Amino acid sequence: MIELRQLTKHYGNIVAVDGLDLHIEKGEIFALLGPNGAGKTTTIRMLTMLTKPTGGAALINGYDVMRDLDKVKKEIGVVPQHMNLDQELTARENLELHGRLHRIPASRRQERIEELLDYVELRERAGDLVSKFSGGMKRRLMIARALMHNPKVLFLDEPTVGLDPQTRRKIWDLIRRMNNEGMTVLLTTHYIEEAEVLCHRVGIMDKGRLIALGTPRELKQKVGEVVVESFGGKDTGYKLFPSRDRALAYAGQLDGNVLIRESNLEDVFVELTGRKVGD
Amino acid sequence: MIEIDFYTVFWREMVVFRRTFVKFFASRLVSPLLYLVAFGWGLGRGIQMNGGNYLEFVVPGIIALSAMNTSFNAVGVSLNMSRLYHKTLEEYLIAPISAGAFVLGKVLAGTVRGLVASLIILALAFVFGAHLAINGWFFLVVILTCFLFAALGVVAAMTINSHEDMANFATFVILPMSFLCGTFFSPDRLPGAVAYIIEVLPLTHSSHALRALARGDGLLPVSLAVLAGYAAVLFVAGVMVVKRVR
Repeated sequence: MIELRQLTKHYGNIVAVDGLDLHIEKGEIFALLGPNGAGKTTTIRMLTMLTKPTGGAALINGYDVMRDLDKVKKEIGVVPQHMNLDQELTARENLELHGRLHRIPASRRQERIEELLDYVELRERAGDLVSKFSGGMKRRLMIARALMHNPKVLFLDEPTVGLDPQTRRKIWDLIRRMNNEGMTVLLTTHYIEEAEVLCHRVGIMDKGRLIALGTPRELKQKVGEVVVESFGGKDTGYKLFPSRDRALAYAGQLDGNVLIRESNLEDVFVELTGRKVGD
Repeated sequence: MIEIDFYTVFWREMVVFRRTFVKFFASRLVSPLLYLVAFGWGLGRGIQMNGGNYLEFVVPGIIALSAMNTSFNAVGVSLNMSRLYHKTLEEYLIAPISAGAFVLGKVLAGTVRGLVASLIILALAFVFGAHLAINGWFFLVVILTCFLFAALGVVAAMTINSHEDMANFATFVILPMSFLCGTFFSPDRLPGAVAYIIEVLPLTHSSHALRALARGDGLLPVSLAVLAGYAAVLFVAGVMVVKRVR
């Protein structure tokens, strides 16, 4: 469904995205996980034709993002990281504008607007100006807007950044529901939990490169599924183990406080780069 | 499909225009009212300009400068904000519409605003007792003026990379034109080189053409051609800078 071949973006001497190869299947929820500046947003911007690649190629449903612009535009829905709804319009007018821009005929457009207002639970506020909306409502409206023209692939750049935990879960539910209905989803995130609980596969990015790729489970197995952290000894210890038994055996030799826990994608990132995702 | 797409862009602008019309109307009333009081009643009382009273001399100039300011700001400021700050421009860039349709929609919307502002001044001028001969050519010149400065607004908004520099552009380019391009006095009173530069600027031709028409002297075909030329060139330039941003 989405195919990246050596996709590259340079800004002067800075290499933002460095030869990305990636294949995303139809029906997947795929996350690009990595710290700020890893090249995730640049990758999405190239796939959504807002930024021209320096090299390589990207295909969406077989259409080239460099050449078949109008065809790709029909296939994709885009939810950017920043709030870019039209604040001078109401929720309904924002959907209407998007529908008109995609040349959806009037009767079908009205039907779709009503459908989506229910889908993202904004019916009661449909006639209000967007400038009066909360962060979560704006995010839901942005998703509804991206769905107006029935795209087959949805791009979400940091879909839950700046939202409270409860609202974040609501957005996750919405993404899962769309995916169950057949939508292929590519999202970027620097939230470990988001990649881990929501996504089928995760690509970990750092400094413009893809440094690991797999299901959350596979990635954790690669570095070790159990973590032993020790405090209060000479050093603060941190070690990964492939099994609980091996971890327990190691922990038995340590003095001070010991914490044994399952590893997460943060541990994977630390193990691969020596840094935390949030650093 | 350009005919449908430009209307979509235009439609959005008109939805907002209708919603904010009262505010727009009130704000467009203030500066022409001040000009009319200051130059028409205050300074201009008793001054004879080319055989007519000063009020009748100055009204076409005020219409020209208001058409320019309103159209340029309506498109320039909002598009610059949309590109740099609100990022709402992206919504148009990811839609399957052409740069030509986008620019045409924006420019026509700016033209409508400029035209409404001009009509407000015309109405005020009659209240102040000015006698002006208004015909179709008069409105055509106003519309061309609005169109070309709305297109200049697109070019400026797409090429200037900060709100501060956008304000600077207005201060260094638009503001001097407001005062020097035959709006409040005849530029032939200016020293040679300056007068020559002024003669090339589009607003000079708007003022001259509107004044000649208002006096009943008929159409100045050269000025009309200059305005149409500026409108065409700036429109094409607008389309090119929008294309380049993708």
